[in-house]
Amino acid sequence: MSNPLRDMEKPDVIFAIGTNMTECHPVAATRLKKAVRRGAKMIVADPRRITLAEMADVYLPLRVGTDVALLLGMAHVIAREGLVDESFVAARTENIEAFLEHVRQFDPDWAESICGVPAADIEKAALLYGRAERGAIYYTLGITEHICGVDNVQSLSNLALMTGNVGREGTGINPMRGQNNIQGAGDAGGLPNNFVGFQPVTDPANAARFSEAYGREIEPIKGITKVRALERAADGELAAMIICGENTVVSDPDRHHCEKALSKLDHLVVIDLFRTETAEFADVVLPASAWAETDGVFTNTERRIQRVRAAVPPQGEAKPEWWIIGQIAKRMDIPGFDWSSAADVFNELCSLSPIYAGVDWDKAGEAKYHWPVPEKGHPGTPRLHEDEFPSANGKGKFMLVGYRDPAEVVSEEFPVWLTTGRRLQHYHTRTMTGRAGMHYFVPEETLEVHPDDVSAWGLTDGGWCRMSGTRGSVEIRVEANDRSPRGTVFCSFSFGDTPVNLLTGAGYDPITDTAELKVCPVKIEPAAARANPS
Amino acid sequence: MNKPIEEPAVHTLTMDGQEVTFHDGETLYEISRRRGAEVPTLCYDDRLDPFGGCRLCVVQIEGMRNPVASCTTMATPDMVVHTRTDAIERHRKTLVEMVVSENPAANIDTLRGSASQELTQLRTRYGVDGTRFAGKTSGTSKKDDTNPFIFRDYDQCISCYRCVRVCAEQEGDYAISVMNRGFATQITTEFDLRLEDSAACTFCGQCVQTCPTGALGDAKAMRAETIDAPLKATRSVCPYCGVGCSVDLMSKGDKLVGIRPARDGGANEGALCVKGQFAFDFVQHPERLRTPLVRDGDTLREATWDEALDRAAAGFEKARREHGTHSTYAVASGRAPHESTYALQKFIRAGFGTNWIDNCSRA
Ligand code: SF4
Ligand code: SF4
Ligand code: FES
Repeated sequence: MSNPLRDMEKPDVIFAIGTNMTECHPVAATRLKKAVRRGAKMIVADPRRITLAEMADVYLPLRVGTDVALLLGMAHVIAREGLVDESFVAARTENIEAFLEHVRQFDPDWAESICGVPAADIEKAALLYGRAERGAIYYTLGITEHICGVDNVQSLSNLALMTGNVGREGTGINPMRGQNNIQGAGDAGGLPNNFVGFQPVTDPANAARFSEAYGREIEPIKGITKVRALERAADGELAAMIICGENTVVSDPDRHHCEKALSKLDHLVVIDLFRTETAEFADVVLPASAWAETDGVFTNTERRIQRVRAAVPPQGEAKPEWWIIGQIAKRMDIPGFDWSSAADVFNELCSLSPIYAGVDWDKAGEAKYHWPVPEKGHPGTPRLHEDEFPSANGKGKFMLVGYRDPAEVVSEEFPVWLTTGRRLQHYHTRTMTGRAGMHYFVPEETLEVHPDDVSAWGLTDGGWCRMSGTRGSVEIRVEANDRSPRGTVFCSFSFGDTPVNLLTGAGYDPITDTAELKVCPVKIEPAAARANPS
Repeated sequence: MNKPIEEPAVHTLTMDGQEVTFHDGETLYEISRRRGAEVPTLCYDDRLDPFGGCRLCVVQIEGMRNPVASCTTMATPDMVVHTRTDAIERHRKTLVEMVVSENPAANIDTLRGSASQELTQLRTRYGVDGTRFAGKTSGTSKKDDTNPFIFRDYDQCISCYRCVRVCAEQEGDYAISVMNRGFATQITTEFDLRLEDSAACTFCGQCVQTCPTGALGDAKAMRAETIDAPLKATRSVCPYCGVGCSVDLMSKGDKLVGIRPARDGGANEGALCVKGQFAFDFVQHPERLRTPLVRDGDTLREATWDEALDRAAAGFEKARREHGTHSTYAVASGRAPHESTYALQKFIRAGFGTNWIDNCSRA
């Protein structure tokens, strides 16, 4: 997030797009609810009539995967009505002329023809956001899990730049990070393109510095993404893999492909808390100590660096992951793994990361530093972009983005849009929530189908259906519910016995390789009860 | 552009014989708390709008006939305030006696929730045993409410409305409402249903954590009432979503028994959702992996750490020897702490000289 969570109570106009915040980031949502109660206006764009939509002043029910069209239409109106923040644009951005020229062609009627939102509502939303004193954008995977995820983010950035809604209290472009430490996984260098602290591996100076620090020549070439690694594995061109705490088989798209990939490896090591579906493919499974048993650091969605602490001893012989990996490394004579505590590991990380240079293990314990913290004594940076953007010349650049269809679109054979997401009480593949009593609320997966479609397709509420796409099919129980519009159905990917990831995975964003999990054309037929329902 | 927010004006008043400065908009209670004066409260929760229901926080202002509730009274310049006169303490004791008379004397385990000892502490402070106004009690237990998360024992309810207000003001959910008045008062969910049948209740547990009497309790934590060990709190962060709510891990001996929201947590300021509040028992679940496993043909069998680590290392060495540095790939976790990912990326970079690592953020 560009702005801290506490800023969520400050905007006068909130634009929430592709974020089912009351279920996925519930405590952040309470802050938005407070802002709304105090009189802030809220625009919500989502294919489904989610809880936030019920509280919205303007609800934009766009067709899945058409965010770019909607956002172009809004930019068109903001430009046409003269709501561009001229002084901000002049001082802090570049490429505005080309952008204004570009959006002139995309009026709300054009946008309506693609995204299905009435032009009048697009106008309304654009005027509201365009006139905001403090407008803030919030989004999650509904924006990024598309083949055009980068285009979507750039479209949002364009809106914020043209209205000057960045770098101030109660504004910003705020992605809500999904997992507890997904931000930290990037910060700590778990990326093919960056060393710790987002230092590009392709910069020769960085490569030299890390080669020196790690005692081995590191090639200044971007690694491949996980998606490509699994492809290579499936083609028999990858020998070994080590997977830490991820149930790849259930969480990743195109399950058959993923299973094939893992079974072709010569050597798979899985480190996890449980014997997951993925662990079944492993040659060696190593038991990790869990949250509440492990000392460490997490960084949250607002870049706040916080300590987690052990309260109880690990179960059985479970060990912290840094120790396990260090033991493997030592056995391979890889130098530099002589840590004796999590603090040693974290302090080494800080010494190599410019954005963590001012923190260490003890400061992380204060839970008050938002990175970047460039030097000791620096108070941290709760709000980004107050004076400049992280580009070569410090300016924010307007990007010319066009609409593209999703990788697969509905057809005669597969006439229904499936979109996937999460549920309040469950988390990912339920390795944790499935073992913590949350089945009390949601004991099994259901497919959310509009009541009119339930009858039109010959289904029954609570009965079973077969949902098929080009890659596979699943049986799933039907739940008549008008949150999803007609012709669109929804379910989560949390239940291994309803492997929705047999269907998803048509395409990937060309820049980030993020899978298009939010859009998948399917057909739906009534089915007899599943033989072995959970 | 950003207008700097004006600093509120500073004034002075006299409290318990001492001159105190304060800002416009501060209540007498806030000032007394800042000074460490122990003004008792029951219906007060600093996150909620002032309510003024219990009147325990009364103070005497010179020149005014009757004591006033300090939690709802704004400070004005040059006031002279007394927070603890004999008359006020007598008045407070009477109030506590009346409140307690509605409630059977009970041993409220602290496991019920963060605020559950507030009334018990006042009983001790004022030496009240509940016999003076013995008689009618308000509320009836919701014994049919069998959900395993929120225990409801409305015999203990003193109608302070903190649960109702936290639900409305903090959560914005309005799941709990108040029916009836006076002795017939009963805190109830919408339409007097079971909590799980209330469409609005998300089981965030905020009502439990603000209840000052234990009328609402954390049913999961209460399972540990019989464990004979001190209750310990360890500050940590929720393991679920990226909001990163601060929590206190509650443990007794080696057992993780519950979770409490941290009121001073920067991300959550005392709030939690159902996952952070209640979904912790995966940690000590019987299905946890307790030893390393290695493959023997079609099966995975238990192994010692030495055997398993040797096997793991040998496999990577073989891959590197036979297929070169681009033979091996690592997938880091978005849930594990930094140290896990840092160690893993170093393993790849220092061990293979490549950048063949990713985390699970693309799916
Ligand atoms: S249940 Fe607890 S918090 Fe709610 S009104 Fe009764 S005593 Fe107060
Ligand atoms: S308590 Fe809920 S909102 Fe807070 S971090 Fe945990 S899952 Fe996220
Ligand atoms: S605390 Fe002031 S009236 Fe209850």
